[in-house]
Amino acid sequence: MAVPKRKMSRSNTRSRRAQWKTAAVHLVACSNRACRQPKPQHVACPACGQYDGRQVVQPA
Amino acid sequence: MPTPTKGPRLGGSPAHERLMLANLATSLFTHGRITTTEAKAKRLRPYAEKLISKAKVGDLHNRREILKVIRDKDIVHKLFAEIGPQFADRSGGYTRITKTLPRKGDNAPMAVIELVAEQTVTAEAERARKTKFAKDEAAKAASTEETKVEDAAAEDADQDADAPESATKDATEEPAEGADEAPKAEDKKDEDKKDES
Repeated sequence: MAVPKRKMSRSNTRSRRAQWKTAAVHLVACSNRACRQPKPQHVACPACGQYDGRQVVQPA
Repeated sequence: MPTPTKGPRLGGSPAHERLMLANLATSLFTHGRITTTEAKAKRLRPYAEKLISKAKVGDLHNRREILKVIRDKDIVHKLFAEIGPQFADRSGGYTRITKTLPRKGDNAPMAVIELVAEQTVTAEAERARKTKFAKDEAAKAASTEETKVEDAAAEDADQDADAPESATKDATEEPAEGADEAPKAEDKKDEDKKDES
């Protein structure tokens, strides 16, 4: 069975883990003039429930 | 040959996928709008629209074809009696998918798929002017107008009746005005864009 020949150093471990980052979600203002809450693009607004001027979902 | 759907089956096996699509279509026609995952909504859209196209034809053969998929006869009756005639003016695009926030439990992308309730723009305009558009019935209109003009000329010879002539003029001028207005509106939009930039 294949086994590691050398111990993985703390530095190498941390260097690898440092590359695992989060990215901020891209948000846009709701196109409803009365709402203007930030929301993900191409998604019905969670605050007012409208998309493209139509009421799609009931806001929570 | 129809293009095979890319990617794995919904649910795992072909039979399970058929059942899921049939159940989704039945729910959609029962409720008019359903919330489901984005992947299922995207697979359901062409499936449901083909069923509506069959319902619009409305004969016995198509009813039997739909009954292969939707087992509930009440739903099939609703499809033929209400949903099919509702889309008489619309040639395709019977459903609309709107994405919503991901599901809480597993962060699955969700969407709302619904039957389109609005009438088409052309249908509303035709109802407003109570005629069909000129380009659709150009051939018919041309033949009928000629006969009308001849009749009007005969009447003018007998009496000094101006009313029918003016009426026909208005009828012919209306579509031309509508056609002129549309490019003007576009020009204005372009100007606005230039101003912003």
